[in-house]
Parts: sequence; C-alpha cells; structure tokens
Amino acid sequence: MTTQMTTPTLDQRPAGTAPVWRDVCHYTDLIPERGACALVAGVQVAVFRTFEGDLYALGNLDPFSGAQVISRGILGTRGGAPTVASPMYKQVFDLRTGVCLDDPGVALPTFPIRRTAEDRVEVALPDEHRP
Amino acid sequence: MKVVVVGHGPTGHRLVEALRARDDTGSCRITVIGEETRPAYDRVALTSYLTEDADLAYPAHDGEVELLTGDPAVEIDRAARMVRTGSGREIAYDALVLATGSAPFVPPVEGRDLPGVFVYRTIDDLESLRRHCAALAASRPGAGGVVVGGGLLGLEAARALQDLGVDTHVVEVAPWLMPRQLDEGGGAMLRRHIEALGMRVHAGTPMAGLEAGGDGAVARVALADGSAIDAGVVVFSAGIRPRDELARACGLPVGERGGIVVDDACRTADPAIWAVGECALVDGQVYGLVAPCFSMAEVVADHLLATAGGAGSGARFEGADLSTKLKLMGVDVASFGDPFAGPDQGALDITYTDPVAGVYKKLVVSDDARTLVGGVLVGDASAYPTLRAYVGAELPGSPEQALFGGTEAAGGDLPGATVICSCNNVSAETIRCAIRDDGLRDLAEVKGCTRAGSTCGSCVPLVKKLLDAELTAAGIEVSRALCEHFDHSRAELFDIVRVRGITSFTRLIEEHGRGRGCDICKPVVASILASLGNGHILDGEQAALQDTNDHFLANMQKNGTYSVVPRIPGGEITPDKLIVIGEVARDFGLYTKITGGQRIDLFGARVEQLPEIWRRLVEAGFESGHAYGKSLRTVKSCVGSTWCRYGVQDSVAMAIRLELRYRGLRAPHKLKSAVSGCARECAEAQSKDFGVIATEKGWNLYLAGNGGMRPRHADLFASDLDDETLIRYIDRFLMFYIRTADRLQRTASWLESLEGGIDYLREVIVDDRLGLCAELDAAMDRHVDGYADEWRATLEDPDKLRRFVSFVNAPDTPDPSIAFTPEREQIKPVLVAGPRLEVTTR
Repeated sequence: MTTQMTTPTLDQRPAGTAPVWRDVCHYTDLIPERGACALVAGVQVAVFRTFEGDLYALGNLDPFSGAQVISRGILGTRGGAPTVASPMYKQVFDLRTGVCLDDPGVALPTFPIRRTAEDRVEVALPDEHRP
Repeated sequence: MKVVVVGHGPTGHRLVEALRARDDTGSCRITVIGEETRPAYDRVALTSYLTEDADLAYPAHDGEVELLTGDPAVEIDRAARMVRTGSGREIAYDALVLATGSAPFVPPVEGRDLPGVFVYRTIDDLESLRRHCAALAASRPGAGGVVVGGGLLGLEAARALQDLGVDTHVVEVAPWLMPRQLDEGGGAMLRRHIEALGMRVHAGTPMAGLEAGGDGAVARVALADGSAIDAGVVVFSAGIRPRDELARACGLPVGERGGIVVDDACRTADPAIWAVGECALVDGQVYGLVAPCFSMAEVVADHLLATAGGAGSGARFEGADLSTKLKLMGVDVASFGDPFAGPDQGALDITYTDPVAGVYKKLVVSDDARTLVGGVLVGDASAYPTLRAYVGAELPGSPEQALFGGTEAAGGDLPGATVICSCNNVSAETIRCAIRDDGLRDLAEVKGCTRAGSTCGSCVPLVKKLLDAELTAAGIEVSRALCEHFDHSRAELFDIVRVRGITSFTRLIEEHGRGRGCDICKPVVASILASLGNGHILDGEQAALQDTNDHFLANMQKNGTYSVVPRIPGGEITPDKLIVIGEVARDFGLYTKITGGQRIDLFGARVEQLPEIWRRLVEAGFESGHAYGKSLRTVKSCVGSTWCRYGVQDSVAMAIRLELRYRGLRAPHKLKSAVSGCARECAEAQSKDFGVIATEKGWNLYLAGNGGMRPRHADLFASDLDDETLIRYIDRFLMFYIRTADRLQRTASWLESLEGGIDYLREVIVDDRLGLCAELDAAMDRHVDGYADEWRATLEDPDKLRRFVSFVNAPDTPDPSIAFTPEREQIKPVLVAGPRLEVTTR
C-alpha cells in the first residue's frame, strides 16, 4: 500500500511553506473503493480509499449540480486513471488531478492527504498557509 | 409409381412428408400401413402427453396419401410385390419402404408377463400405465414403482411414473445413468439431480426377477445383490430391438442382433424394398435418435423421386452426429462428439464439477489440447450449441475458455463445413455466404434467408456470432461491450457470473475484464449479483459497487438529500400506518407527496437521519419500498370486487400477493406492475412491465408495457389464467428478462429487441422451448425464499450503519450546505453551495 500525495490545483500558498495536517479519521473508517466526506475547517473534503489502498482528497462540491455529493460517487478507472463519478449527473473526475474527464475545462480542487504511522488519515488545506 | 410405406411413426411420417413436398409431378402414389390405431405422433415428447396433456399428433398428410391405421402389415410377397395386412387387405407396390421402428426390449426374466408390468413406447402403453397407476392408488396406496433401465428412455419413463404419483425407483445394470451418452462423472451428477427429485437410483445392479403378490400382480422386484424393492408397477425400458420380423419372414438379410440390413442409400438386398429409421441396420449400426432416422427418410425420398422420374440419385446416409441435448426432469443433459475417447485414442479430458450448483462439464480434446473431440454437460448445457459445432475442429481459445463459454466470443473461426443448425442442416459457410452476398444485417434476416435457427432455436447465439463476425470483417461496427472494463454485454456477464458461480466483482473483473470498473459496470454487476441471490446488497465488497441510491437505500434528490419510500403493497394501508408516516414526516420535517405508484414519498432527509427515520418506520411494520433500486417498485391496484360494483376479481389481494412476491428483485431496470379488477382497467395495467386485468374466468396477463418517455401499450400474453399459472408466467417472464436484457433496458424495449417478439416469449414461457422454465422457476423460488427487508437488516448491523454519517470526522453535524425554504406549507430545497454548470449529457 502506498500513500498518495497530490498537489492542490487551487494552491494559493507561497512555495516552501510546510502544510499543516489535520486529522480526519482512522484509515479503516474508510470503506475500500468508496468515499467519505470530512468537514475540515468548514470545508467539505471528499476522501477516497481505492481498491489498492491509495488515498485521495478532492472538493466535495459537484460543480455540475451545486450539491455536496462527490464523496458518494462510485470509484473506478478510466484508461489508467483512478476516477470518481459524480452520483448526481455521472461526470467522471480524475482522482489525482480533479480534472473532469468528460469536460476537461472543469476541475475539482484536490488536497494533500496522507496516512500516518498510527494509521490515521490526515488532509491539509492550502488556505491555512497563507501568510 | 406406387409407394407403400409400412409403419406410421415419426420416420414414416417424415418420409411421406418429404415425398409430398418434393413430388412436383405427382409421380408417386402413396399408401401408408400403420399398426397403431392413431396416425403418427411425436414419440419423443411422449411424457408431455401425460403431464401436460399435450397434443402430440403430427400434421396430417394431404388428401393424396392413403393412410390405413390399426391394420398391421403381416406379410410381404416379394415375388408379387404385394403386402398383406392383418385384415386381409392386399396392397401392391412398386417400391416398399419399411419404417417399422423398434420394440422395447424386455429381458427374459421371471415374472415379465405379470399384470402390472409395462413397456413405454406408445400412447397406448401410456394409457394402460395411467389406468394401472390409478387403480393401484386405490387398491394399494403408497405402492412403489420400478423402471428397469436408466438410459434416456428409462428416465423419461421414470418421470412419467413419478408424475402419476408413484414413488419411483430406477434400476440400471451399468454403474451409472445414461451410460451410452454420459461418462461416470456426468452420470453421477445426473443421479444427484434425479435423487433430489425424490427418486431412488439403483445403478450397477442387475435385476434378478419379478415376484407376484397375493392378487397375482407384480409385487416385488428382486435385484441380483439379494435386495428387493416393493413395487406395484414395473416399466421395462432397457433398450430397443428393431422390428425386423416382416423382413426376416420374406428372406431379407437381417443383422445378428436384429435390424434390416441396408446400404448407404437405405436399400435392402431387394432393390424394390427400402428400410428407414430404427428398424434399419446401416453399416452395422441401428440408430435410435430421431435426427438420423429423419436423415434416412430424406435419403430414401430422394431415391424414390429420382426412380419415379427415371433418374438416379446420389443421396447417401453417411452416419450421423449422435450429439444430443435434452432436458430430463428439468435437468439439462448434453453429450456431443465422442465423450469417451481417452489417452489410447490420443485424447485428454478436462472436467469441471460444481456439486453445489449440480453442474458437471467434461471436454475431451486432442492431446495437444487444441482440437475438440467430444464432451458431456450436465446441469448446464448452455455451451452445447457452440461446442457441438466445434467437434473435430480446432478450438479458438483454451479448452477452459470453451468450457465456460469463452468460445462463444469466436464464431468467425468456425470451419465452413460445420453444421450450425442441425434442424435445418445449415452450415457455417452457407450462413456466411448469405450474410456477405445478400447483405444481411440482423438476425431476423439471417433466419429468414437461411432458415438457420428458425426451428429449435438452440443455435441462435451461434448464428448471431457468425453474423457479428461477418459484419465486423466487413467493417461494420458491432460492439456488445458494456464499458471499457468488460467486452461482454450485460446478458453475457449474467451468464458468466451464473455459470461460474462468481460472487465477487473482484474475481469477475480479474478473470473477465480489465481495470477496476466504473459507474457503468459496477452497478450492473451489483445488480447481477443481487438477482442471483448473494445476500444483502451492502454486504462486503458488494457495497462499493452500488450507486448512491442503493448505497444509502434511499433516492438522492437534487440537493444531495434523500427521499424515503416505505412499501405500501397494492396501495392498501391502514389508518394507523398512515398516521405513522405522517408523524415521521412531521418529526423530521420532510416534504410528503403521494406517488404515481400509490404510495407516499418523504423528501429532504439527510444521510444521517435515514437510520432514525427507518427505525420508526420498521417498528411500525413498514419495510423498504425499493424506490431506490433497479427492482420492483409497486403493484398498483384498483379497489376490485370487494368494493367496486363492477369488479369481477379481488385485484387488491392479487396486487399485494404479486408485490410481496417480487419485492426486492433486482433487475436491469425498474419494474412496475398493476392489477385491474375488471376490463375498465382503472389501475392502468397496460402501461406496466407486467399488468394483470381480471376477467370473469381469471386473469389476463399483459407484458412489456411502459409509461414514461416512450409509452408502449403492453401486449396480451395469455388469457383467463388461474392464480397459480398467472404467477408462474410472471415468474418466468421476469427471470428471463433479468437474464437476457441489456443494461438499463426496460421490458418494453427488451421485448421489441427480442427476435420473434411476444410469440417467441410465449414459446419460452408457456411451451418451454428453450428448456429453461424449471431453471427460471427455481431462480424465482430462490428469490422469494431469500427475501429479507434491506432496511431492517441494515438497522440490525452496526457495520452497515457506519456509512450513514454526514461527516466522517463529525458524524452528528448536519451538512451546512443543505437548506430549505417554505412553500405551500412544506419545505423546498435551496442550493446554497454555488453555481450550477451546464450539464452535457453523456
């Protein structure tokens, strides 16, 4: 099992600032190949655990419907890319980049996520590191 | 030319029909001499005469044919070219065809002539057996019966005996059942099936003799191992002997063990006399299956017509494919090629046994594992049409793939000479040429043009493969692939899952797909697994396959909240239950609306509220309405004969019965139904997937209707059914649909895409043309027995409840993005989260 580090696309923090990690849940609280939503400093973050055990964090807001539902989508793959499909109107997003594969002009924000030695899952929010 | 045919069984009948069909100039005058009092009938289906009162009679010949029944031929005068009958008639011939068939072999054991001992070949035999069993039930209730012979005919007789209410034993001298068609493993699996039906099998045990009771009738069957079976009726079905006595008496050569010796044109030593069917000995062999007998009839018809026209014919009977597939007491049994070849013949075998599903499969292949030599299938013969076609040819994939249907993906590789449709003798090359030269594009055109697949239908999948392969070769796109992860259609995946007993998505995609699935294939597989009864839809890995509705057992609405629909069977509800729904809606602040399916939808529930809402509903006696599933929604009803002045049946009771029977049944798409209590049709049953309308005598069943986007009036499927028949037909309709429909295909478009439409559906469901009914019935029985309320089970399982939280790190915090505004004294959702983008539909 590997821990996935992703770069936020909405990253506005200055380069070089160390992220502040926020505890979300125990790794086993996440159902394999399913998502869960975490409320992190008022931001809804969709957290996913893939079949292989990789972790991803994306914005929970579905830009097509305006509803906070991305965490309830079905995980899968398209080509080689790990994906989640919005449960509302079924657009598919790349878990690594947040880019909507059905409409590449649209992207979900992505957040750094990691699994600690104590088997906790942590995410970081870019906004917190603004000077 | 004067043609006389002796014997009016299936072969004699076929010969006459072939002559009449091809005799354009009226050159043959035909007389048929039949021993039985009735004209030819379908002996192969004899048992159905008993169980279904089927009319077995073949179509009558045209008026040009003279048919004498109940007057057996007793003598042939070859010098005078004349046949004498039992009543003394003398009939002259220019050509004589013996189609005298065979007689059951009764071994020379003591007691074989006792009252209560029968053979099983003619309708008269069956009538005597029926009378005896009826008398037996009165005089010796509980008396058992014994069938001597565990071959194909013996097992048919055993089924007949059991259908007559007799506790049945089968005695077979060979170590296993159907020794001529099956190997030991296949015979053993068949035995398990047959014993499960309540019969007892004594294999490897010769019979020693029959003993009479006090009344002089048969009472016991003694076996060679010293044991004995109490029996009030015994049926001998231990093989056949050719009826060659007429030929013998007039000096024609017969075989050592019987059979009239003929050449490969089916001509005897006397050039004016021919023999066809079970009485004929061709190249040292007597054929007992109907297909080779018919081939002989065709060959002789050819020669007779040529002779009458002063010409010769080259038609030859060149042996026969003894492959056979049949349904024995609901069990699929097939044998093809040479299933007995072993290492001495340079052959290997590969076997697969699934004792739970009762499936046994064996393939015999050449020692390089490439060429198919033969095989045996018991319990699941779906691969038979393809495998039979490949006998003698190189398999396109591994034998393992062939065993599990992978070969069906081929079709393009089949050798041209392979006979695809054995009913109409159509080769792969004929079909390919027709597709290429006549520009055929679909199955219906191919069937119409080549006749392939138009009789028994078992080769239709193979014809379709050939068609697809040709179209693909011609650059015409044919893709059945479900999505990028599976090259199979939903129906194919269903069969793979069913036949291989696959219970997990992981195994299915690893063995038959690629990648890790998507929002198209995962719910399809989830639905297939659920249709096949794999427990709760949120159990283990299955949970991850469900789309959000099934995953939260509720319907997601536009703002991410859910709606809740308790089941209200038939739309009937007590005031107390209505009050509970009202109280729950009030306490949780839900918007309520009456649905089109006669129930109540509660909107605006947040994920974390769902278990609390359902706890209240379940306590009050409600259960899941499956409004979230691709499954049965409601069975709507009018108030029916209980209250209505015009009602002729109790439509509410029937609607409730149907709704409770099919609740929770997962299907390719949602299913709706309705029951109307009279012809006024207030429940709008004709717009439903299955609709029922009461008549004075029972129920009319309408299938494949639809409202919605593309309305379709349902087709009348059957009329005036009693309750049980109605339900069985619906069972089969639903299961057949579930097995064969595409993803998200409603019954209406499914029926429209079904070759042969409603008539074909009727053949499958009523006449059991595909031999599937027992399987479909069993599948529905499993569903009904296995039903459990999904919501109750979820509430009882802390692990399943874990998912019903708003936030994984703040389970009790309501989603702050969910907001409502009042409208007409109820709530209405407001999207506060942001702008909505244009949705491009995929």
